[in-house]
Amino acid sequence: MTEDLETFRAETRAWLEANCPPEMRQPVRSDKDINWGGRNPVFQPGQKEWMDAMAGRGWTVPDWPQAYGGGGLSPAQTKILREEMRKLGCRNPLNSFGISMLGPALLKYGTEEQKREHLPRIARGEIRWCQGYSEPNAGSDLAGLATSAEDKGDHFLVNGQKVWTSYADKADWIFCLVRTDKSTKQGGISFLLFDMETPGVSTRPILLISGYSPFCETFFDDVKVPKGNLLGELNKGWDVAKYLLGHEREMISGMGNEGGNKSLHAIARDKVGLTEDGKLADPLLRAQMALFEVRTRAFGAMSERFMDELKAGRAHPAQPSMMKYYGTELNKTRNELMMAAGGSDLLEWESDASNGGAAARAWLRTKANSIEGGTSEIQLNIIAKRILQLPGA
Amino acid sequence: MPLFLDDEQTMLRDTARDYVSEQMPVAHMRKLRDDANPDGFSREHWKSFAEMGFTGILIPESHGGLGLGQVEAGVVLEEIGRNLAPSPFLTTAVAAVEALKGSAQAERWFPGILAGETVAALALDEKAKHDGKVAMEAKRSGNGFVLSGAKQFVTHGHVADLMLVAAQLEGEATLFAVPADTAGVTATPERLTDASLASRVTFEDVRLDGDAAIGGDAYARMLDAARIGASAEMLGVGGGAMDMTMGYLKDRKQFGVAIGSFQALQHRAAHLYSELEVARAAVLKAQQDIDTGRAENPAMLAAVAKAMTGLATTLSVQEAIQMHGGIGMTDEHDIGFYMKRARVLAEMFGDTNFHADAVAKMAGF
Repeated sequence: MTEDLETFRAETRAWLEANCPPEMRQPVRSDKDINWGGRNPVFQPGQKEWMDAMAGRGWTVPDWPQAYGGGGLSPAQTKILREEMRKLGCRNPLNSFGISMLGPALLKYGTEEQKREHLPRIARGEIRWCQGYSEPNAGSDLAGLATSAEDKGDHFLVNGQKVWTSYADKADWIFCLVRTDKSTKQGGISFLLFDMETPGVSTRPILLISGYSPFCETFFDDVKVPKGNLLGELNKGWDVAKYLLGHEREMISGMGNEGGNKSLHAIARDKVGLTEDGKLADPLLRAQMALFEVRTRAFGAMSERFMDELKAGRAHPAQPSMMKYYGTELNKTRNELMMAAGGSDLLEWESDASNGGAAARAWLRTKANSIEGGTSEIQLNIIAKRILQLPGA
Repeated sequence: MPLFLDDEQTMLRDTARDYVSEQMPVAHMRKLRDDANPDGFSREHWKSFAEMGFTGILIPESHGGLGLGQVEAGVVLEEIGRNLAPSPFLTTAVAAVEALKGSAQAERWFPGILAGETVAALALDEKAKHDGKVAMEAKRSGNGFVLSGAKQFVTHGHVADLMLVAAQLEGEATLFAVPADTAGVTATPERLTDASLASRVTFEDVRLDGDAAIGGDAYARMLDAARIGASAEMLGVGGGAMDMTMGYLKDRKQFGVAIGSFQALQHRAAHLYSELEVARAAVLKAQQDIDTGRAENPAMLAAVAKAMTGLATTLSVQEAIQMHGGIGMTDEHDIGFYMKRARVLAEMFGDTNFHADAVAKMAGF
């Protein structure tokens, strides 16, 4: 077995060496470097080739079954693939809510027809998905959502509004929580999939402090959704949503790790300078960075442990809350330190020197990490109640 | 190898947990303190550790040991930490065994360690803060060496059979195996805050044989093992304090409800849980990567583990005292012992700042 894995590692490395374009081995510098696929993709050089090569082996979703466009890899093989990609500095070939969130829920709750319709297209990056959860009056208290889906025989008629729908203006399909029974709270929610081009769907970007508008308001006005697009059972959408939220939290917590702290170190050395014995010239910044480095490396081990436990089916079901809480707080700290290290150079909002203000925009963007996907406070509530078994108020 | 304990390691943990929690709970440490026990630990329990195979965990099978690794040693250390059990396990069965492995001295000392009779102590520090520097010099004399100088914070120094002494030999920090009864070695025990005994040790013209020098590599390897071991023990201290605190939050009522229902305390408890889990992962990662030979930089893994457990356990014992309130300040309650033990372990082989600084250096800034 171990020998097989070593062979797999060697073959994987050789294949990545041969197939990952040089542009795709550069660190991600701005949002433009992230490929989301979809019906109307905008590719940077090398992005499409890289995505197609990986999708061809099922390696955009290495651990999904081959029948649905996956690679059919075992947990150990998947881990090796990720390790080898990290070693070579390969970029993620495809960023996708379809992969990180909807896919696992489809695999668990979807009908065979739904799986065959959606999963391969997610794996190939053909359809870009967005998530319709939050509403103006249903954020942390998500079960209070009001968007309604009325049973009209062969279809549902959807009316209402969503908010914070990430990239809704660029997405092709939406997975959406709707109310199908007003008499109970969590028990009256269903999970619907539909095309964003369906008549009655409209979106409006929300301009954020970072100067970007990844989030949208999304409106549904008499949108007709075929009955076959219901995922899971009627009125049992809350189960699907919770399952999927666990995966969303894993994904957000993973952001704390991407690319390590190399760029932070490089910026700090460059802007702050070094003393004769090779230490950062600002001792207090160095001290903060040193403690941060300890925490990130330890959290890297935690991520590895968590993935291993997940794959072995022995992770506590509420553990994603811990990962999300810790990972997002670390990510915010990294960006604070980056701004502290970069000084006035990184404050330029649009210059070439600041790469279009990329660091400042990223710093502002991370402030949402501890709000989206369930606030840090909500995660702490979950840990306290479900893991530590502390009593209710 | 997945990053959690396998079935055999879990069984070993259960055995260690049962023995230590039943035979050496905090009350055992309290009694040793109240009796002003001159040894500072129980020789009877050290024998039992030998009978259960614990003292031979790291000793190679060719020497009659179990030939296991840092993960298994850590499993025992964590239970020692959880119960604040005074034991020479870390200095003897972990650090000394790691140092002696493969040296000419192994034959001489391993049988006594396996039998639970020998105690080893580490004479490394020369001042109040462990800074990784060694000033004490060893001079060649004929086929052997002469040592002179002083060390402090030598746990079990006054009862040790063997001392592992760090000294400069021709420009390299080297470890020397010194029988504690060698002429010129004097250990003066002092009781520390946590009631353990650590000695100030002087070396006056101590004459050693040629095979006493066990090398610079052994010194580095021993430091890694000692630091990771101390991290595992500290994780036990932090986890034990947290368990006690969570129990208290559920039992203690104020304003007619359990104080654990207050969100202010729940959030701090959940944050503490997160810090300890992250520390646990860092420790296991260090142990596993060293055992499997995957570690590219063992010193980095050890530094991350020691710094991170220092952060997490310090938080755990501070929150423990605060959340226990007034009762936590009394000598009668056990929780205060956790704070004292955590402070001693945090200081041992380099504190959080020392190791964070080392991490920064290795990361290149």
